[in-house]
Amino acid sequence: MSAKKYFSLIALITVLYVAFLFLTNASLDFYTITVLSNIYIFVILAVSYNLINGVTGQFSLEPNGFVAIGAYVTALLILTPGEKLDAFTLAKPLDFIAAIHIGNPYLVLVISGVVSSLVALTLAFPVFRVRGDYLAIVTLGFGLIIRFILINNPQISNGSSGISGIDDFANYIMVGVVALITVILVYNIVYSKFGRAMKAVRDDEDAALAMGVNTMKIKTLAFVSSAFFEGMAGGLLASSIGSISPDQFSFMLTFQLLVIIVLGGLGSISGSIIATFLVMGGMEILRVLDDRNFEFLGLHGVPGLRMVVFSVLLIVIMIFARRGLLGDKEIWELKK
Amino acid sequence: MIELKNVTMKFGGVVAINNLSFKVSLGETFGLIGPNGAGKTTVFNIITGHYKPTNGKVFFKNEDITGKSPDYIVKLGIARTFQNIRLFGSMSVLENVLIGFHNHMDYSFFEALFRFPKFFKEEERFKKEALLILKILGLEKKANYKATSLSYGEQRKVEIARALATSPSLLLLDEPAAGMNPKESDELANILDIIKKEFDLTILLIEHDMKFVQKVCNRVLVLDYGKTIFEGKPSDMLKDEKVIKAYLGDFDVES
Repeated sequence: MSAKKYFSLIALITVLYVAFLFLTNASLDFYTITVLSNIYIFVILAVSYNLINGVTGQFSLEPNGFVAIGAYVTALLILTPGEKLDAFTLAKPLDFIAAIHIGNPYLVLVISGVVSSLVALTLAFPVFRVRGDYLAIVTLGFGLIIRFILINNPQISNGSSGISGIDDFANYIMVGVVALITVILVYNIVYSKFGRAMKAVRDDEDAALAMGVNTMKIKTLAFVSSAFFEGMAGGLLASSIGSISPDQFSFMLTFQLLVIIVLGGLGSISGSIIATFLVMGGMEILRVLDDRNFEFLGLHGVPGLRMVVFSVLLIVIMIFARRGLLGDKEIWELKK
Repeated sequence: MIELKNVTMKFGGVVAINNLSFKVSLGETFGLIGPNGAGKTTVFNIITGHYKPTNGKVFFKNEDITGKSPDYIVKLGIARTFQNIRLFGSMSVLENVLIGFHNHMDYSFFEALFRFPKFFKEEERFKKEALLILKILGLEKKANYKATSLSYGEQRKVEIARALATSPSLLLLDEPAAGMNPKESDELANILDIIKKEFDLTILLIEHDMKFVQKVCNRVLVLDYGKTIFEGKPSDMLKDEKVIKAYLGDFDVES
């Protein structure tokens, strides 16, 4: 794609999308707006998780750890020292934790991303010494460690009670715009020599080495980039929910993202986006099934029924689209 | 050009290469021959840095490259193809070749991330170069095909194209003619001739097809159980007793 074509396309998409954001923001009710914001945050998560797991093919189970780091960094930075003294109920915060404060939400988000990616960078050296199943176990362990650190250090994180009263700077428009920026940046990574090298590592790591690709560097690059966006999404999540606790960032979060990217097709950006809407939106729509007043063919809703129906739907989709909805292709490549 | 000095490679108790020394000079096409399991591919893996030899040294253009990382060795100018074709399955033919240009494309991660003009310039430039290589190999019409959808012979050519993209001065070919019919292997011999001149290459190849070896190689070395049993002209090779013994067994039955 030539530079001119690329930039006009990006400009067109941005204009249409921002118009869509303002239109929906003005016309939709509060509940739908909240659900949509949550979906946009998960689009960021899915697209960036797909970078390491789908595009680079490293079966890593780390996102909950990075999301947690991002969420806590944002919470600790955005709260003023006074607010922090109120928020910390289990222990007195450490002096420097209490003192740090940054008012600009955009700067806070970027710092959350940077902290996550710095952790990812240090983690990359031990993590990429192992491949396949072992990589999954090591990264799974990382998520658990982060969670236990948060639970057991109340002077930093207020332990299992978590932190509440976080400023809700992450409104619908802001979350939507950050999601768009993330998708564009991830696209730019995937469709460059770096993305090509990531795909090469996924397809055949030894052959990639033989082509002069420093595979360790490429895997680290994918891991660190995806940690950056996950950390930022964590910050948005903390702000839009308003309160965070270690239990929100359990393995279930990673599992949910894994379902999304596998359903969308590992390696497909557009697939990840579509699947996020299907999974997150579907879960909301199916919520009626949990309602006792719901009645269909004489059957009444039972709490938990939506998970059963949802799982059955997932199984059916995976039977008919075994490599995910889009495989490793993008939606605009499908007709080929 | 490339020199192996007393290279020994042991895997546990198995001696795959035993005290092997040879030298390939600039511009030669050198054949590495031997029965299955003789250690030929192991020699390749040692040269390309995938294995570190137990003993001995490897020199490339007088630089000691023993135990250097594979990506470093590629940058020095050694490229290879694989015995069992290993193309990147999810990519088109063109993208496979572009991977070979990975280290030549001169833009940084941030220039790609924010789509600087340099990104477009470099991508455009190397796309043209890739198509040029594909044209020399007669594959320019297949550039946008999925690499693994091509015929076996064409896939081998894509592997060679991909290796050429790293701009090597030494090309290692692991059984390039395997699985080809006589017509295809004749065509391959011509192509090797063309690319050798076009890209100023020295070629080291492993091959079982003796007709092909006779046609393209200036010099051959025969390995058996990790040891050199013959080194010299391909025409003399088939007359050598040791070589015949290694391939066909010992016919000296007493009484």
